[in-house]
Amino acid sequence: MIRAIDIRKSFGSNEVLKGISAEFYQGKTNLLIGRSGAGKTVMLKLLVGLMKPTEGTVWYGDTDFTALNKHQKKAIRQDIGMLFQGNALFDSLTVEENVRFPLDMFTKMTKKEKLDRVNFCLDRVTLAGNNHKYPGEISGGMQKRVGIARAIVLEPKYLFCDEPNSGLDPKTSIVIDELIREITIDNNITTIINTHDMNSVMEIGDNIALLHLGELAWVGNKSEVMESDNQLLQDFIFASPFLQRLRRQFVDKS
Amino acid sequence: MKLNFLEEFGRYLILLKTMFAPPENFTMYRKETFRQMHDIGVGSLSIIGLIAFFIGAVTAVQFAYQLEGSFIPSYYIGYIVRDSTIIELAPTISCLVLAGKVGSNIAAEIGGMRQKEQIDALEIMGVNTAAYLVGPKIFAGCVVIPFLVIIAAGISMAGGYLAAVSSGFVTPNDYLLGLRSFFESYYVFMMIVKAIVFGFILTSIACYKGFYVSGGSIELGKASTQAVVLSNIMILIADYTIALLLT
Repeated sequence: MIRAIDIRKSFGSNEVLKGISAEFYQGKTNLLIGRSGAGKTVMLKLLVGLMKPTEGTVWYGDTDFTALNKHQKKAIRQDIGMLFQGNALFDSLTVEENVRFPLDMFTKMTKKEKLDRVNFCLDRVTLAGNNHKYPGEISGGMQKRVGIARAIVLEPKYLFCDEPNSGLDPKTSIVIDELIREITIDNNITTIINTHDMNSVMEIGDNIALLHLGELAWVGNKSEVMESDNQLLQDFIFASPFLQRLRRQFVDKS
Repeated sequence: MKLNFLEEFGRYLILLKTMFAPPENFTMYRKETFRQMHDIGVGSLSIIGLIAFFIGAVTAVQFAYQLEGSFIPSYYIGYIVRDSTIIELAPTISCLVLAGKVGSNIAAEIGGMRQKEQIDALEIMGVNTAAYLVGPKIFAGCVVIPFLVIIAAGISMAGGYLAAVSSGFVTPNDYLLGLRSFFESYYVFMMIVKAIVFGFILTSIACYKGFYVSGGSIELGKASTQAVVLSNIMILIADYTIALLLT
């Protein structure tokens, strides 16, 4: 479990996060949602330690991550896998080399063991047989899956995903969402997804935190979204007139 | 974010300090270092060779022109080409060119990695990014650039030979006699010291500019240009300082 307690972050005089406290549970897909500029990416970067909060603490289990020094953080970071918005794959390395990179860097496995692990992860994300392709030779959805394979290759306890659906068509987005959800449940890990994709919210939102202008506006799960009368949540989820009509029909029926 | 000179210099020193950390995996660092050595060394041979050839040729022809009608023996052409090449032209001109070729390449490579979040990805994995991305490049530069400079000096003298002999300014024997006359091995030591220092300057400044780039492609272009301009200025200042200290 990861806990953020009273997180504040300012850039100069601009306060981007204004005292956010939230809990992210093990074995669940935890979603950070909100409109562009709500502070989701900053929150995610604070949680993984790419940025330091101006105030507040981040706890990994019983460990205050924000109080650790660089070397102590390194140990926790090897339990973290992250899928980046732009995938952050190394262009000059093949799919296999990209996924194998953390194994090469941090383990003393034999070549065969590494290859077996890489193939297992590629198989897990349904990319078996694409070992020798370069990131530039595969589609955006496949690149996302390579990113996921690389993120899980060291069997992390925590998985962070920054906008995993950006740039993908709705069908591929659902495939990626399902994949992340399966991995979360199968490996019993804490997954935090930063998204503004409504489909993700309704499909995999076990624990949802809505950020609005740097503040926590709503917390709940996907089954509570429909019934909630939080205006900010409704404005965000049911942004189009079509979706608003659908929601009205749903509420009327129920 | 605008930084003043002292802040920039402090951040540069911190980056260099962070670089000296025990590697997570020695084999990976060794591989990366050899890759950089190949990129810097083999990748720059042709441009360095071409420039060195013409520098030697021009030096020989210019000096031969100055000698015309004087009582100075023609074999001095070889001597002047050798010493000017070894002391100044091979290390300084080569490294100014390398600052443009290698420096801009390094700044663009690291800056591109920053923009594509690849550096963030490495940090999340627990890799010391300064050590893994910057260290091998600086080490490779300091090792390979002296060899490039030595090769440049040899090609420059060959260029001088071809230009001076083919133009009839000097006989082959006289040119070779000049190359062998009044030789001071200390000048070779100076050349290598300069090459190592310049190699450090051009790779470290390029790494620094690339590592801290922020923004989009315009900022990346600016960082790359700044790396080249700043490296050139620092190489010239270091050249003067080394000349004062070692002569």
